[in-house]
Amino acid sequence: MGILMVFEYILDPLHYSFMVRSLIVATLVGLMLPLLGAYVINRNLAFMGDALAHASLPSLVLGLLIGTSIFIAAIPAAIIVAVLVAYIFNKSDISEDTAVGIIFSSLFALGLILLSIYDEISFSLEDLLLGQLLAVSHADVLVTIYLTLLVIITLLIMHKQFLFSSFDPFGAKVMGLKVDLLNYLFLIILSLAIIGSLQSVGVVLVLSMLITPAATSKLLVSSFSGSMILGSAFGVMSAVTGLYVSYYLNFPSGPSMALTSTCVFVIVWVSGRILKYGQINK
Amino acid sequence: MRSENITPLNSDIVCDSCCVEFGSELVLDDVSFSVTSGTLVGVVGPNGGGKTTLFNAMTGTVPLAHGTITIAGLSPDQAKSLIGYVPQKEYVNWKFSLTAKNIVRMGITRMNSFTPFSSNKEKEIIEESLEKVGLLDRMNDMVQDMSGGQRQRVFLARALAQGAQIFLLDEALSGVDVGSQEELIEVLKKLRDSGKTILMATHDLNTISERFDEVLCLNRHCCAYGNPLQVFTPEVLEELYGSHSSMFANHSLGSHGHTDGI
Repeated sequence: MGILMVFEYILDPLHYSFMVRSLIVATLVGLMLPLLGAYVINRNLAFMGDALAHASLPSLVLGLLIGTSIFIAAIPAAIIVAVLVAYIFNKSDISEDTAVGIIFSSLFALGLILLSIYDEISFSLEDLLLGQLLAVSHADVLVTIYLTLLVIITLLIMHKQFLFSSFDPFGAKVMGLKVDLLNYLFLIILSLAIIGSLQSVGVVLVLSMLITPAATSKLLVSSFSGSMILGSAFGVMSAVTGLYVSYYLNFPSGPSMALTSTCVFVIVWVSGRILKYGQINK
Repeated sequence: MRSENITPLNSDIVCDSCCVEFGSELVLDDVSFSVTSGTLVGVVGPNGGGKTTLFNAMTGTVPLAHGTITIAGLSPDQAKSLIGYVPQKEYVNWKFSLTAKNIVRMGITRMNSFTPFSSNKEKEIIEESLEKVGLLDRMNDMVQDMSGGQRQRVFLARALAQGAQIFLLDEALSGVDVGSQEELIEVLKKLRDSGKTILMATHDLNTISERFDEVLCLNRHCCAYGNPLQVFTPEVLEELYGSHSSMFANHSLGSHGHTDGI
């Protein structure tokens, strides 16, 4: 009886096609972001990730203006923003975080102004900032699938190069690896992954799915590759659980996913501390 | 994949009137020396004396304002695959938890290594390289759990996997305990005996002659190059360390118990 009820709880939302679409997108976002998040937390790029998310606001607004899928304008714009940020990151005389801060706040402000000018846009500012997963269209699902495949395939085929240039950038350069090019490529796929996730978790909360599952897995697994895989597992679990929580408790989907991933982090962290305390006092 | 398959070697390094400028500042000024194959060279000098810059120029990552560097008859850019670089530990991102095997595998990573897995041949190369530095039994251990000396040996194994003929070690002994230093030096001497050319930046003048065949004294320009027992004259020490050279007056430099060069 109990198991049947659980199944009913799980299957009931899937009678609605919008929930099926949302579930697919949430799963893909939970899978894709923590894979990149493992690099992001080890390379101290969290601020960069946040900046890329905020800087995508104007391109999202343009995407909404053009219609069909928000990705049509958002994807090329995300690539341009990533290249611009990476260029300033590499070449600027001012410090990296200052340069990134200037770009991201300017583009975010531009996005807000565009949003105020074009009041025919169906998305509210709140939707863009916090996500509106339940509004994803069939086309959005397809684009998210393609983006996820692109990110995963790129990470797989460039894994050795990304790892070498992240761990020992100078050594990689000495050996002839194009470290700057690899940085551009990494930021482009990070930017695409963020764009692909904005409808689920929004501009503000995308960082929670990028960082938190990867940070949780780092508490449990010492190897880098292991932390990438476990991070993705935590990401999928948090995204799907968060979606169900939002459905049954009528919470907004993005914040539900973000808070679920934080809960998983807190549970793992506290359990680890308790176990450590127990071992010390044995 | 390994460089000895593609390049006939005579691992000489020839540095001819090299100058490196950072903006208007002359960091290396008219540095000339040459190193023959199978030599273990200590590079000494004060902080800011140009040791790291010289290594960077040899790897082609810093352009020369004047002069030339040839490595086995090639320019630094052409000789990239022949140069194995062991970085200062501060330059490595230790947040990445990697095994010794992961790091050695980087030696056979190229821009077109489009698979996350290693082939059987690559695995063989990795194991051979770790065996040469005495760490085969620790290939699956996390490098973060190893001592400073063992970490440096892992980076040496990476250079071996790369097929390097010339090894550049930037302050590889800094923060390494005496026992681990000796183990590292033993590995370097074995590499030297197998024909590899090794340059290591160091601040430890007391053990220079026991550890190195030649010494390069660098303080923006080449103050001296040659046998460690002969090059440390009071004039050279004055050029290297200025007023601080007097602190060496009562010590036997170059070697414990040898005073020939002073």
